[in-house]
Amino acid sequence: MFNYTLRRLLLAIPTLLFIALVIFLLLELSPGDPLADMPLTIPPEVRQSMRLALGLGEAWYIRFYKWLYMFAVIEPSHVLANMTGWNVALEGQRILSWQTRSPVADIIAQRLPQTLWVVGLSYLLGILLAVPIGVYSAYRQYSWFDQTGSFVSMVGFSLPTFFTGPLLMLIFAVWLGWFPIIYDTTLVVNSWESFLKQLRQMAMPVFVLTLYNAAQISRFMRASMLDNLNQDYVRTARAKGMTERVVVNVHVLRNSLIPVVTVIALGIPTIFTGAIITETIFRVNGLGQLLITAIYASDIPMVLTLSVVFAILIVLFNLIADLLYAILDPRIRYD
Amino acid sequence: MKRKIALLGAAAAVALIPASAMAERGSSGHVSIIYWQAPSILNPYLSGGTKDVDSANIILEPLARYDEEGMLVPWLAEEIPTVENGGVSEDLTSITWRLREGLVWSDGTPVTSADAVFSAEYCMHPEGGCASLRYFNDVESVEALDELTIRINFSVPKPVPYSVFVGPYTPIIQAAQFAECLGARAPECTEANFYPIGTGPFVVTDFRPNDVIQLEANQNYRDPNQPAFATMTFRGGGDATSAARAVMETGEMDYAWNLQLAPDVIAEIARGGRGQPIVAFGTLVERIEINMTDPSPDLPADIRSTREAPHPILTDIRVREALSRAIDRELLVEIGYGPTGEAACNLVPNPPIFRSTANDNCLEQDQDRARELLEEAGWTPGADGIRVNADGQRLVLDYLTSTNAVRQDFQALIQQWWREIGVEANLRNVSASVFFGGDPGSPDTFQKFYADVEMYANNFAGTDPEQYLGAYRCGLEPRPATQWQGENINRFCDERYDALHRELAQTADLEERARIGRELNDILMQEYVIIPLVSRGRVSAHANNLGGVRLNTWDTEMWNVHEWYRAE
Repeated sequence: MFNYTLRRLLLAIPTLLFIALVIFLLLELSPGDPLADMPLTIPPEVRQSMRLALGLGEAWYIRFYKWLYMFAVIEPSHVLANMTGWNVALEGQRILSWQTRSPVADIIAQRLPQTLWVVGLSYLLGILLAVPIGVYSAYRQYSWFDQTGSFVSMVGFSLPTFFTGPLLMLIFAVWLGWFPIIYDTTLVVNSWESFLKQLRQMAMPVFVLTLYNAAQISRFMRASMLDNLNQDYVRTARAKGMTERVVVNVHVLRNSLIPVVTVIALGIPTIFTGAIITETIFRVNGLGQLLITAIYASDIPMVLTLSVVFAILIVLFNLIADLLYAILDPRIRYD
Repeated sequence: MKRKIALLGAAAAVALIPASAMAERGSSGHVSIIYWQAPSILNPYLSGGTKDVDSANIILEPLARYDEEGMLVPWLAEEIPTVENGGVSEDLTSITWRLREGLVWSDGTPVTSADAVFSAEYCMHPEGGCASLRYFNDVESVEALDELTIRINFSVPKPVPYSVFVGPYTPIIQAAQFAECLGARAPECTEANFYPIGTGPFVVTDFRPNDVIQLEANQNYRDPNQPAFATMTFRGGGDATSAARAVMETGEMDYAWNLQLAPDVIAEIARGGRGQPIVAFGTLVERIEINMTDPSPDLPADIRSTREAPHPILTDIRVREALSRAIDRELLVEIGYGPTGEAACNLVPNPPIFRSTANDNCLEQDQDRARELLEEAGWTPGADGIRVNADGQRLVLDYLTSTNAVRQDFQALIQQWWREIGVEANLRNVSASVFFGGDPGSPDTFQKFYADVEMYANNFAGTDPEQYLGAYRCGLEPRPATQWQGENINRFCDERYDALHRELAQTADLEERARIGRELNDILMQEYVIIPLVSRGRVSAHANNLGGVRLNTWDTEMWNVHEWYRAE
């Protein structure tokens, strides 16, 4: 197992290098200009000198090498220094966002809490809701509970968040006035009152995302349970006189969880990529909103860094999902 | 009767002024502003984007600003220098500003002429990539004559010397704070770029790029009673609709910037009753630019859309005029902008002194005249209603614009009107970031103009259109030799126009400048190389209980934020 993990991690390095190169080249080839947002009243010569000041005068491979060096060496040292307080930050130019002219890593660190709070919480709630719903729906297939569950899942699946978001806003914020339209990222939770305020401002975005996550995972859970309920070992277990509770919750559930855990593990990186649409609609200025504004502004260092961080997370969680397989299913061995 | 009303008005004004002026600093509590584009940096010299310049101007200030009428008012300076008061030299090659006495930065240190000299050095540094460099055109040197006096020397006579340190793009920054940030080091000064020390009414306490700014009243502000608000939140992000809702329906915010929404949407949201939309008109004109050169893809890349290949159809002024006559501008305004637009017949719609009245006949849609013109030009209706000329060529035009709901509505309407006079338009739209991106490798930029006509909006900063009108001179067109950079988008070239523009550049008297400016505008209009459509106003909204807001299109919307107060 250890050897396997090590081998996979080593293999990931060329993969990630390749991914970084492809993303860089795609951004390089794509149309768009970091100065497109500037007013037309700025004359072309000034634009040109601004471009040079952003470092756009150098050849692409030099810029890629510079970025890679900063990403692999300088930035990790700063992140480590910030997290531990040790004085290990290396000297040298950091990756600067073109929009803000400030280090990309600092902005990401600033945005992470919002995204984890809202997107992470809704993922967690989604799982907690989806697993029991999926299990019970499969156990009582075609009952009214199953039918209702299917209906809600279909609604959650098919209604896009850019529709449900503004709809909820109109109903709960504008008409009823229960929740604020604007998410206050500066709110500090240090008292009961501010905690309630945080709950109120998170309610709508979390609900929208939970609905979507729960819909997806509960469908997987239900399908996987149905596959297992008809297996021979279930009949055997029942024949041995076990209670339904033990049959379902111990034998069937554990076997059914194998594919679902993979789906859940592979979905975790999407928490970090944020929910671009939901974050934008509710002004939860997290990582998703950061990525989309960076894309609009052709802020290449920011887009590149974020995309590669996401790529790393995806590669990492793929590995974790594979390792979880082995833990859940004793038949699978990697060595 | 009229006099009585006037008197009542004056009485009311007198009664109101003390109410706001007597308010103490910080007595109005907290104010929240929302911009649906979030500020990225608080240094206008490094950005130039409206969201950044507007927010930075709460903190940093110039020597003089334009008020809502487009008139210059002294800000950090004591008075506006002119030739009459000796501030501008007789030969128009230098201007001398004097700072107000006793000015201090928010950290308590005095503001001196050295700060202004440094600000100029900061922007004019060749490696700095300064966004406001154009304001320093022809500046030879900026020198400090004494602690409070600054002289700016120009290399050529400047009839309008109010560019450096006038308006929001060239504020005075503190020399002590930015001393290490010159040239290539400018972007590395994150601390200074996020927390500039200024002279303005507020000071930044927390800056989160592309998210939110928190500010508090500047305890060293020059007027001891201002600003009325103790703290301010300047929030960014989201979209214009929910920003409008937050002010006018839910009342969470006090001020929302630039609500570019369909007129019926604004009206609907305003019914929420907690706030009101405000509109002001500036120089922004939505227009169709006509390509005087041939964009045909059959031409070699170095000739396509350049002056070497004149347009086969559109070089005929009769066709251009017909295209303009066929359009019903009032209807465009009604559909696209409502109260926030006005039908435009001029490239320079404002300030009033520069507005020409010679082209007002464009307000009337005249399709009969348009058809007549096309007949005269030798275009007769073909079998499908689209006109053909003697060579059998069909009158088909490529019509390009950026992706945006209102623009696509306009395209469809104009396509319809042109079809009615026998002109076929092929509509195309590309993403704004590509269209305005200026990437010389892309075929879809507005500068490259690989289309027969294209539609967008443009404006000029400040109140003087000299530079703006100068864009349409010969030789300034984008072409391969300039990497497709250039401001003469339609590739217009007329010796008469250039000569008149040279005359404008040598005239100092405002009345005379206005006359020449109008004449230049009229040449472009009567040559029909630009078809103006709509003069677009700026619409923002403020809460009913937010007082002192004066929407200004000549400066930033935050220009008089020190005067804002909480009304009862």
